[in-house]
This record gives sequence, C-alpha cells and structure tokens, in this order.
Amino acid sequence: MRHLKPINQKARHIQSIIDNDVVALQQGGPPQGPHVPLGCSFVFSPGWEVDSNGGTAGLCQPVERDLFDCHLTCFWPAHVPDLYNHAPDWTAKCASAQKDWRKIDLIFP
Amino acid sequence: MNLRRSEFHAFTGSGSSRFLYLVPSAAVVQLDDLSHAVLETLAAGDRSATDLVETLSDRWKADEVRTSVDELLGLRAIHTVAAPPPKPKAEKPKRSIPLQTLVLNVTSKCNLSCGYCYEYGEDKIVEAKTKPRFMNEATAKQSVDFLFSEAGDSPSVNLTFFGGETLMNFKMLQSALAYARERGAALGKEVNASLTTNATLLREEIIDWIVANDVGVTVSIDGAREQQDKFRVFANGMGSYDIILPNIKSLLARHRRRPVGARVTLTGQNLDVASIYTHLFEEIGFWEVGFAPVTTSWQREYAIEDEGFQKLLSGFQSLAADFLDAALAGRRHGFSNVRDTLEEIHKGMSKAYPCGAGLGLMGVATDGDVALCHRFAGSDDHKLGSVFDGVDHARQDEFLQKHHIANKTDCASCWARPLCAGGCYHEAHTRYGSTVEPNLHYCNWIRAWTNTCLEIYGTLAERKPEYLAQFD
Repeated sequence: MRHLKPINQKARHIQSIIDNDVVALQQGGPPQGPHVPLGCSFVFSPGWEVDSNGGTAGLCQPVERDLFDCHLTCFWPAHVPDLYNHAPDWTAKCASAQKDWRKIDLIFP
Repeated sequence: MNLRRSEFHAFTGSGSSRFLYLVPSAAVVQLDDLSHAVLETLAAGDRSATDLVETLSDRWKADEVRTSVDELLGLRAIHTVAAPPPKPKAEKPKRSIPLQTLVLNVTSKCNLSCGYCYEYGEDKIVEAKTKPRFMNEATAKQSVDFLFSEAGDSPSVNLTFFGGETLMNFKMLQSALAYARERGAALGKEVNASLTTNATLLREEIIDWIVANDVGVTVSIDGAREQQDKFRVFANGMGSYDIILPNIKSLLARHRRRPVGARVTLTGQNLDVASIYTHLFEEIGFWEVGFAPVTTSWQREYAIEDEGFQKLLSGFQSLAADFLDAALAGRRHGFSNVRDTLEEIHKGMSKAYPCGAGLGLMGVATDGDVALCHRFAGSDDHKLGSVFDGVDHARQDEFLQKHHIANKTDCASCWARPLCAGGCYHEAHTRYGSTVEPNLHYCNWIRAWTNTCLEIYGTLAERKPEYLAQFD
C-alpha cells in the first residue's frame, strides 16, 4: 500500500490478503498461493471459470446464460457486440437463451 | 458509483500523524495526506471516485487518488453505496475453543468482610449456605481431570485458585496442584498455576510453597492504609492494612520468578488512581497494578456515578500519560490496564464476546458445578455443567449464541465494540439483572478510555515502534 501504512498485526494481515488476492495481468507474475478470480465466484451468480468452491461443477448452467449475465456484470465480460450503438437488436430473436441461442445474429464489425 | 465512509475511529499520535482504527476489523493504519483528504472529502457526503479525482486535482494526480481510493476500499475504510459492508452474523466459533483456564473457587468463606464484596455483599448471586463452604480434595482432583480433558490438544493449561479467601483452604491447594503437576507431566502438558488472595494469611510456610511451585499471585488491595481500610476490613470492622503489609513485603522479597500484581477495586470513595498507584508500585514494589471499578448495582453508596466516572477517567488518563513517558524513556511502568489494552490493539483483537467466560475460561464452585466464570460459580442460572459430568454443550452453545456481539443491538453502532464487546457479564447481571445486556452505564467512559489507549498506541508507533514489537 502506498497511501496507508499498516501499523498493527491485523492491518498487516489484511494487507497480505489484499496483496495476494486480486491481481491484474499487468501487475506482474502469477500470484503466490491460491488464487480465485474476483467476480461471479464471490457472489450468488454462478461463475464461468470456477464456481464458488473453486471447482467446475457449479458453473453457469446453461452456458448460454453468459450472454445475459457475464457480459453485463462480470469483471471479465464475455465478448459481445456493442449493444448500445452498433447492434442494439442483436438478441431480438432470442427470447430464451436456452432455446433460441441459435437465432442470435452474427455481427461483423 | 458513489463512495461512502465505513465505520472507523480516527485518532492522532503525539505528532502530526493520523491513524484510523477500523471497525469491525480492528486494523490500525496510518494515513498519508492524500488518504486523509479523501476521507475528509467523503465526510461531507457520498462522492464518486471521479468526483474525488476532480476535487483533489489541484494537489494530487488522478491515478494517485484512484490508488488511494482502492486502498481505502480494500481495507473497508470506505465502501460503495451499492455494496455496504455485510452485517455481522452471530456465528459460533469455527473451531471449538479448548478450555484454557479453570478457576477453582476453593472456598466461599472469607476472613474479611469487605463492604463491596460481590460474593457476600448486597449484590450476591449465590446463597452461600446452599453449597459446601470448602471444596474437598476429590472435587479439586476431578476439576483438574476436567480441565485436562476439556483442554484438548493445548500444550499448556492455567489453573487458578480463587475464593472467598483462597488461602483458607491451603491444605487442599497443595494437594490439588501436586496432582495437576503430576497429571500434567504424564500428559505432556504444562500447568501454569496462579491464585488471588487478600494477603491476610500469607505466612512463611505458604510463601515457601508459592515460591517452590512457581505460583503466580495477585493480591487484592485498595491502596495505602486509609484507602485499604475503608472497605477491606475484618468482621469486627478492623482494617486489614497493617496485617497484610508485612506479608506482602515478605512475598515480594522472596517470590522473584513471577510478577506479583496488585488488583485494586475502585469505589465512589476511592478514586485517587495516582496516589494508589504510587503507593502500590513505588512504595510497596508490586510488579504491576490493575484497577477495576467496583461491580455493584447503581444505588449502593460505594457505586461510582457519573461524576465519579469523570474523575476516574482523568485519573486514568494522567496515569496513562506517565505510562507513555516511561515507555518512551525505556522504563517499565506498572499500570497494567494500559499495557493490556495496548496488546489487544496491537493484535487487532475484534471480540465476539467481551471475555473468555464460558468459552476458554470457566469457574468451578465448591461442589464441582461449572459456571461461566468464578464470579458466577455456584449459580444454577449460569451453570454450564459440572466437573463430574462434563460441559453441557447445548447450554454452552445457547449461551454463546445469545451473547454474541452481533446480537447486542446497542453496540452495533459503537466504534469501541471490537475491544469492549458489551463488557463484563457479571457487571451487567448486577446492574441490569441479565448477562445479555451491554453495560450501557460506562459506554462513554469506555470510548474515552479506548481513545486514550489508541493515542498512546499511535504515539508509540511513531516514536518507539520497538516497544510495540514486544507484542508480536
């Protein structure tokens, strides 16, 4: 930490957790110790990389749900077209992702 | 996304340094000017990070401000309005906490008749006649076995003898400790023994035993003759000071391996902390002196009321200033209330319960009944089992659930709760008739005193960090 200096043991402990937990790719090498990505795995919404137990059994079911969940709320959004400017009607024919995902338009930049 | 200040208590050291005591984590951090400015800006109301960057742009670069905001978020000194910190839940400890300290009330008899005594006086919980007056050898040995079996894998246990006047049952103390040490050696566990006494019966033979067995001693004493003899008297009204002084001097001269502490009960009539301390520490030579306000219901004549609490606070604060001077100069000071609190601050203790009663510490009555602590030993309402039948874990769980800090709504907005957690169960029971109640009569006092200790902590962190390293 640059602007806060941990003074007591608890502050040092919290700092070590922060330092070893959330890292961005540009911050350097792989994190030390166990690392669970921040985001969907920490909230009730099931994750797409690992689930809240660090495994894969509870991942997004169905995977198509990524379209309507991950790209909006996830820290590492699913790649989707620009819904606001370029392709607002991208999912117009897709009433239910589970059934209609094949009807989604292909969008080219 | 707007940012908001979370719960913390800001304090300063002796210089210009600013610190935060974060609640409920109990972390202590030092702020730089930028972090301080961020928190000050947010004090006026919620702001977004972009706003903060703009407001502070005349002094700091945008990425500096953002880093500071991230750090404050990480430590939960601030939070986004949409995601407030989670409300604490009354969770049971994740691992079962082993019993570490067992306090044996070896007798309910006492040769003094101190006016304020919670065991005999007007606020007593246990009717003395309903229990045997002395603990017998069989019960004491069973208590030792109980302690070892409840201690689980702990490498050491604490066995504390208490009363009444502990030394009125000296014969049993000897056999109980000998048995504990023998069992401890067989089990590979260390037995740390201690006792509390009024020092009236400390004859040479007893001191020999204390020294030989490495027993820690706390002496209940209220100060110089006039202070001591106000309440600590024999049944005929005669003061005890002249009897105990030579005994204490002899103990202090001979018992050098373990610190001997004085434990002072403060009353409305005895609040001159400075003179009590000077007498006990400097003139008599106790290793340390701990003070506790008398436990009493509010209407008693010796109770400490509002004005008294003010006087007590200023007395504590000026003695705490002496403590700080001594610590900075590298001298030992015996005001144990400050030292104990500094250690808790340094470790970042955030308590779910005010003390270990019913958890790592229990009290045994003369008949072997086990209760929350020595102050409740013998009370059927606060019984958690017996040394013969073990701990009633269902009852213990119910106690822990009911008394968790998350269930004390009065404490929910108090920044001092990580250290106080509502205060002594016995005090609450005496004042309000229930152990569940927080001790609201001394909230202001606790906050002011905790702030004083934090300021001392901050000053030591600035000027003498090596002093704090002793707690690592």
